Amino acid sequence: MAKRIDVKDLDIYYGDFKAVEGVSLTVEPRSVTAFIGPSGCGKSTVLRTLNRMHEVIPGGRVEGKVALDDQDLYASSMDPVAVRRTVGMVFQRPNPFPTMSIRDNVAAGLKLNGVKNKKRLDEVVEASLKGANLWNEVKDRLDKPGAGLSGGQQQRLCIARAIAVEPQVLLMDEPCSALDPISTLAIEDLINDLKSQYTIVIVTHNMQQAARVSDQTAFFNLKATGQPGRLVEVDDTQRIFSNPSEKATEDYISGRFG
Amino acid sequence: MSSITGRSAIDELPGGDGRPPLEADRASTGRLGDRIFGGLATGSGIFVIALVTLVGVFLIAQAVPSLMNNNVNFLTSREWEPAGAEPRFGIVDLLWATVTTSLIAMVIAVPLGVAVALFITQYAPTWLSKPAAALVDLLAAVPSIVYGFWGLQVAGQYFEPVAKGVDSVLGWLPFFDYTGTPSAKSTLAFAGVILAIMILPIITAISREVFNQVPTAHKEAALALGATKWEMIRTAVLPFGKPGIISAAMLGLGRALGETLAVTILLSGLNASDAFRSTIFNGGATFASKIALAANEFDSAQKTGAYIAAGLVLFILTFIVNAAARVVIDRRKAFTE
Amino acid sequence: MSTVSTVGESAPRARTTPTNDDFGGRSGGRAFKDQLARILMWGAFLIALIPLVWILGSTLLKGGHMLLEADWWGKSQAGITARREGGGAVHAIQGTLIQALVTALISVPIGVLTAVYLVEYGRGRLARVVSFMVDILTGIPSIVAGLFIYAVWVTTFGFQRLPIAVCFALTMLMIPTVVRSTEEMLKLVPNELREASYALGVPKWKTIMKIVIPTSFSGIVTGILLGLARVMGETAPLLILAPYTKVIATDLFGGLMGTLPTMINQDRDQTLQPALDRVWGAALTLILIIFLLNILGRLIGRFSKVKS
Repeated sequence: MAKRIDVKDLDIYYGDFKAVEGVSLTVEPRSVTAFIGPSGCGKSTVLRTLNRMHEVIPGGRVEGKVALDDQDLYASSMDPVAVRRTVGMVFQRPNPFPTMSIRDNVAAGLKLNGVKNKKRLDEVVEASLKGANLWNEVKDRLDKPGAGLSGGQQQRLCIARAIAVEPQVLLMDEPCSALDPISTLAIEDLINDLKSQYTIVIVTHNMQQAARVSDQTAFFNLKATGQPGRLVEVDDTQRIFSNPSEKATEDYISGRFG
Repeated sequence: MSSITGRSAIDELPGGDGRPPLEADRASTGRLGDRIFGGLATGSGIFVIALVTLVGVFLIAQAVPSLMNNNVNFLTSREWEPAGAEPRFGIVDLLWATVTTSLIAMVIAVPLGVAVALFITQYAPTWLSKPAAALVDLLAAVPSIVYGFWGLQVAGQYFEPVAKGVDSVLGWLPFFDYTGTPSAKSTLAFAGVILAIMILPIITAISREVFNQVPTAHKEAALALGATKWEMIRTAVLPFGKPGIISAAMLGLGRALGETLAVTILLSGLNASDAFRSTIFNGGATFASKIALAANEFDSAQKTGAYIAAGLVLFILTFIVNAAARVVIDRRKAFTE
Repeated sequence: MSTVSTVGESAPRARTTPTNDDFGGRSGGRAFKDQLARILMWGAFLIALIPLVWILGSTLLKGGHMLLEADWWGKSQAGITARREGGGAVHAIQGTLIQALVTALISVPIGVLTAVYLVEYGRGRLARVVSFMVDILTGIPSIVAGLFIYAVWVTTFGFQRLPIAVCFALTMLMIPTVVRSTEEMLKLVPNELREASYALGVPKWKTIMKIVIPTSFSGIVTGILLGLARVMGETAPLLILAPYTKVIATDLFGGLMGTLPTMINQDRDQTLQPALDRVWGAALTLILIIFLLNILGRLIGRFSKVKS
């Protein structure tokens, strides 16, 4: 199921503007990696290159290498659509499809792939919602619109939607930033559960969250204002939070800037 | 920018956008200048209401006497002899021609317009997107009478093989039987095609506006699930844009129903004695073209009244269609807010 | 710096040329549909361009030479018959411009004030009704507008069919365009500007006149020009309300006045070449005027101070 991610010498551009420079890191299968750093340092941008969502933005392009179990995601033979099916993503703000019911939201990815068998769809919907810890809350109203749920429920619905297509990797872009503390806790628990099956990369602004959920933490920072963002260091979460090797990391974590 | 349609799909009443009404100015509204200016503004608003109401009132007031003198049922008769001591006029033929041409226009222009809007908003390379939109908008700048004249003089002859082709494939259906008279360019079908060109920019402009509003979050959610571009459009763009497409179609229909000159120039009239034929390859007259053709002959109140009655039916038709479009737009607002 | 598809040095080559199957990629059917959709959208756009290119090409080809003659811009059709070449369109151009100008003079104040009402004053039910009526006005067919003015002007008041009546009918068609575009522009003016003005003790009407409208001025002008472009090509009300004449006439209250649309309409069924040439020439002139207004409007809109 889960795959390893290798990023090597990655430069990311918006048109002519170089947003991120020289990122190299490895994410082990069945682990949680947190991306932390000040706003605008490019951590979300890096995340979006891991499933080729970056190029959805006009002018967005990358140089360098991103590999999933040694398969280059940016090889010319690689279909971005296939990449996104393999690498699921959860966004900052919950974004269930407003015109679809809860059931249809979860089944959306499968239906796109031509699964029509209703029994199979129902099974996957149930399994995914259970996987996202949402089943008990919504099992009686699967045909109600997904937009009617609370923010935290919507986000778990989006996670269910993402895992329904059985991705190898799950990317989360500040999944809790629009949620209250209780919903945040529910998502964090969920991340811990999901770790046994998926490789997870999460961008977060919340350092306690990074410390709570991740095995490995990557700290991003800007070289200077107007300069591209870069990866300062990546290490075991415990080491980053207790004894980082870079001064900048320590400053950031201890709250001296950012 | 409302551009050529003179209407925005996103218009909302002030305050509807979550902006609180400005209360800070309350203190100043008692001044003379404020009362005059505010009065003028409100007066203009009321003038607009009065204008639309007056259109209805005047048309009804002048249609009714003629309708009272009518010797046949206005709603069910095919005859049109509005003058003389025993006027006989009904709208069945006019309604048929109006609805047929408009529907043909819709069948062509709605899918094409939506596709062009999708092209402009989703497919066109960035550099092409704006010029493409401007080009399609230019179609709306060509006057109706020029479309008609061009259709008659230039494009019409090329419709002959189209009509023959349709006849040879579908001619067994009563709707597509082409006998060669009137010639293809003078038929309801060709008038419908020209109408389609004329309403295409309206449908494109409004659909474009709605597609542009599809939240990036929805589009990215679909893409992140591994949807192809087309699947993304089907899951995120089209469901979001559906009410907008419907109201665009309605507004296009409203325009097609009332379009005058192009139809007047193209359609060949029928003789009163001709039997009714259900084919789209027949001549006829729409409400608008019937009135336009008689524009110089409003010599008696009776006759004028008959044409005003026809105009009234047209007004009611377009009123219903436009009001429906408005309701759809309002619904969408309620849904997205 | 390595490029997008560079093979990593350490990795064996065989593993770095992945196939989509490894990723449970899309089936041939999905890819095919996606390509088909792409082709269809491009096709739709190209199809939409055909009538535009064709109609402009025809008009230019058949009417272009008329516009190159000095007489076209300097003479009327007085004394010219369908059989004879010569004469110009100056009477019609003048008529079209005069009627457009007067139409604008009537509709702009009403339209702008209505928009001001909707954005700055209107609350509750009345505003809703006004907004609805503006929509209905947008949808009124031009022939119905012509009929309505006829019913009031000729049948009820017993006046003659006059060019000024045309202006009234065109006003009905122009008001909604002006209202909608002005409304949008006024809404774009940030509330902070209004509040800043109130904070200085400026009364509301002065705030609107001196701050709100000037801020959105170029946008409003754009809307007016686009609205004018729309009514200039209208022919239906002219057929009902203003018979054509070949000679120069400038009196809106005095009988006949030729315009470009009625000039086209007059000879559209002619088979004689000189008359047909003039119809094409008039069509091209009308299109050019309307295009110019459109371009001018869009250019002014580009310099708009308020950005949407």
